Amino acid sequence: MMDFGFSLSKSSTLNLDTADLSLYKKLCELSPDARTCMACGSCSATCTAGPFSGMSVRKVILDLQRGRDVKAMVQGCMLCGKCIMVCPRGINTRNLILNLCKIYDR
Amino acid sequence: MIYQGKQKIWSDYQKEIPDDNWYYVRSCIRQNFFPASEKMFTEITRNVLGKDVYETPFHTTCGGIAYHCDTIPQETVMTIVARQFALMTEAGYENYCPSCITSFGNYAEILETWHEFPELEAKIREDLWKACKREFKKPKYLAHSSDLIYHWRNEIADKARYRLVDKETGEPLKIVEHIGCHYAKMFPHKAVGGAEYPYVLAGMVESWGGQVIDYPERRHCCGYGFRQYHVKANRGYSISNTHKKFESMEPYHPDAIITNCPGCPYFLDRWQYVIAEQTGKTYGRGGYGIPVLTYEELAGIVLGYDPWDLGLQLHQVAVEPLLDKIGIEYDPKAKYLGLNKEDLLRPELPTVLKCC
Repeated sequence: MMDFGFSLSKSSTLNLDTADLSLYKKLCELSPDARTCMACGSCSATCTAGPFSGMSVRKVILDLQRGRDVKAMVQGCMLCGKCIMVCPRGINTRNLILNLCKIYDR
Repeated sequence: MIYQGKQKIWSDYQKEIPDDNWYYVRSCIRQNFFPASEKMFTEITRNVLGKDVYETPFHTTCGGIAYHCDTIPQETVMTIVARQFALMTEAGYENYCPSCITSFGNYAEILETWHEFPELEAKIREDLWKACKREFKKPKYLAHSSDLIYHWRNEIADKARYRLVDKETGEPLKIVEHIGCHYAKMFPHKAVGGAEYPYVLAGMVESWGGQVIDYPERRHCCGYGFRQYHVKANRGYSISNTHKKFESMEPYHPDAIITNCPGCPYFLDRWQYVIAEQTGKTYGRGGYGIPVLTYEELAGIVLGYDPWDLGLQLHQVAVEPLLDKIGIEYDPKAKYLGLNKEDLLRPELPTVLKCC
């Protein structure tokens, strides 16, 4: 393999016609404010657990919108609630994570 | 996607394109990437369609690349653009046609800004006068050169020698159309078909006999993104975007890709070589890549110009499988002959991507 000095990331190709969005839809029923997220990343920037566990509320919502599983990420949340304080859209992110845990527990 | 829905959106985003008298400005980088494309635009519009397309050697960069790389402020770009408009005014034209997509977006953004903030326009007029004693009128119509080829697509189809169909089966060729981001994503109402369903290239493909492929990442960026590619450390991001598009279009087996931006054909073409070297994967049939063409090159192909006069030998991905599929006559031995018939020598061949 030739070394060009830069490398290729894994393809994140998305097909919304085939992606399973049921998890996101269920979450939106329980936490409708999830729909107002604009993916600014304030929640992830302030997250204490993120650097250690890989938890990122922004990524959780984006991944759900793309039909991906987020169980491992959600398990890294400490439910401290700092993300609620910085969200410019006023999303109750802790409640959102708790609702997501409930969906996974069902 | 629902076809009727697309039809409605396309009809909402039709733009008025005058039939003649255009002031044409070339791109900074297209002449290095695919040097025959702009030459072919003037050749087709002037000599085949008989239109008045004027250009001047005094035209300079629009400043778009520097603006989008955050190296010069917008007021500077506006003054550069004001000078271009002054050149157009001095030449007696009112219809402005840039060849570059970033220029098109840049001009659209500046005209819109001047519309919203007339005091800024007055300041730029003053700056231009102080800098070079020039005055200008704003263009009546702004259209990208692909808009013009789209506008004249049926006239080109009437004069075409070839159609975009498989000569063996008679089936239309499957074509991926890729629109430059600055064409419609910033100002959808300035584009033919808007941002979601721009029709500018799809219209050409359909008129010339091909079939447009709709695939999931159709509207994704080609991966160029000035600050991604120009900084070497960020190039992995650039190529990953291109890779994502190819992975998405691969199941539809496209015969070719048509683009209307300076950067897109370059990166979609050259990154296929790098992806092949890095992953061992090629996206065309039999180890070849998917040929990537500019709309002028595709117009030249259907009009029957010699592929080597169109500069197709400068593509990384071999175009011969596409030419053979359409049934275009060409001389393989003339591929690397210059205009004076002098041998230009052979490029080094890649280890993975198959080339002719």
